[in-house]
Amino acid sequence: MKRLTGKKQRLEDVIHGVFLLLGLVTIGFVLLISVYLIISGIPAIREIGLIDFLFGTRWESTAAEPAYGILPFILTSVYGTAGAILIGVPIGFFTAVYLAKVAPKRIKKAVSGAVSLLAGIPSVVYGLVGMLVLVPAIRNIFNVPDGASLLAAIVVLSVMILPSIIKVSLTALEAVPKEYEDASLALGATPIETYFRVSVPAAKSGIAASIVLGVGRAIGEAMAVMMVSGNVANMPSLFQSVRFLTTAVAGEMSYAAEGLQRQALFSIALVLFLFIMLINAALNFILKRKKEG
Amino acid sequence: MLQRTASKKRRAYGVIMKTVMIAATSITCALVLFLIGYVLIRGLPNISWKLLSTAPSYLNDSIGILPDLMNTLYLVIATLIFVLPIGVGAAIYLNEYCKSRRIVAAIEFASETLSGIPSIIYGLVGMLFFCQFCGLQTSLLAGALTLVIMNLPTVMRTTQESLKTVPDSFREGAFGLGAGKWRVIRTVVLPNSVDGIITGCILSIGRILGESAALLFTAGFAHNLNGFFEGLTRSGASLTVALYVYAKEQGEFEVAFAIAAILMIFTLLINAAAAGVGSLFNRRRSR
Repeated sequence: MKRLTGKKQRLEDVIHGVFLLLGLVTIGFVLLISVYLIISGIPAIREIGLIDFLFGTRWESTAAEPAYGILPFILTSVYGTAGAILIGVPIGFFTAVYLAKVAPKRIKKAVSGAVSLLAGIPSVVYGLVGMLVLVPAIRNIFNVPDGASLLAAIVVLSVMILPSIIKVSLTALEAVPKEYEDASLALGATPIETYFRVSVPAAKSGIAASIVLGVGRAIGEAMAVMMVSGNVANMPSLFQSVRFLTTAVAGEMSYAAEGLQRQALFSIALVLFLFIMLINAALNFILKRKKEG
Repeated sequence: MLQRTASKKRRAYGVIMKTVMIAATSITCALVLFLIGYVLIRGLPNISWKLLSTAPSYLNDSIGILPDLMNTLYLVIATLIFVLPIGVGAAIYLNEYCKSRRIVAAIEFASETLSGIPSIIYGLVGMLFFCQFCGLQTSLLAGALTLVIMNLPTVMRTTQESLKTVPDSFREGAFGLGAGKWRVIRTVVLPNSVDGIITGCILSIGRILGESAALLFTAGFAHNLNGFFEGLTRSGASLTVALYVYAKEQGEFEVAFAIAAILMIFTLLINAAAAGVGSLFNRRRSR
């Protein structure tokens, strides 16, 4: 009898161990990714020099005398993301308030379904539609020689971040205690005033989190942007062909020769990774403060 | 008098805000409808049985997407085989076994970090680690393993959420009858959290179908028709990668739109399935 329970105990211990391992796999993956990016990203930065790499304005990786400055990519990513936020956030924010507070139940259900659909559409499909609708439209409307530009990328990105912004803001707005709104209504505020002056401020950390999430989405998007932005390593300008951090990696990886050119691409990925980590930290900070506040 | 202008102002504020909200919502809806409509209208007429059932052939100068369809299917199967046990196991560890808050926080932090990393970085690390370091070359298996890392947070989160909804009284009842921990998990906890696992599955399939940047350098571009196990060791393009190549590099927009329409239909189906599973289990639970 005693042996049996001993055996049983051992089995339980083994199973506990297995689950522990499965739990730690996640941490292992994060370490794997970080370590690989750092190890493969550092050599090129060392060879090129950190300042020249980050602040150099010329990227000519295939020239006879190659130059590896990624400032154009960094600025393009920053401008592109900022532009997408500028367009996407107002649309997403007002949609979220409407859905959370004003919309009749049926409309709310239908629009929420549509928004989830928007989140599920593959990025190459966005890219394809952007390529064939948006790019020619920009060329015709603004009368520029080529519509594949920063502007096209901004428009595509602003659509792609809509679902994150709407969904997260919606959840935050719905979590606002009803008492707040009742109190405001009882004091004589109109419903609309209540939504924008009571509910929105009460949900502000959730809305902030949705914007940060949108920034993360926009800065990390590669394929859709690659299909509409033209991929020339220019300094960013609204109607010029540009290259993002993500597309710089994706675009050259398929033909990059072993050596400095390839290693420089890993360094770009490392820079992108650091950006994302910064955004994650901001997101955690906002959410943590929300929990405490 | 003063009051009247104030109330006029307030009324104007209400009208303006309401108009802005409705305008924003209309823009959102119009975008969704336009995207779906445009892709389907341009894509559906190009879908033919020949396109779906053949491989591309230089001899006949014809394009078929059967290999890409099969590759996508292989990727989905291979990824789920790996990600389900790991994700569900990790969720069980977090919810049932782990007593240290610090470990829980660390694992959850890791999972959040994973879900924030852009797919192009997964593609790069997958290429370095699975293709080069593990010697898998550019193959569907390397692509699938990369997708495993990407989808782990999704499966973990949905499973964990439904584990949390299993009442403790269920566990206590089973323990009281003398069952060991593993037996309780196997016979009581897991069957009651199937909905989360299925939802995780559906969401993962959606992400796998839509993923492209992570597959470019891990699974490659080939269009050869292979069986499952043979296919895993070879390079192969998924539907999304094929779409990208046909649109961007070969200018075959008809084929690209046909693939886009297929992907769009898959997206619609998956969204409907996820919503269906959610409401089905909600109803059962509230009963």
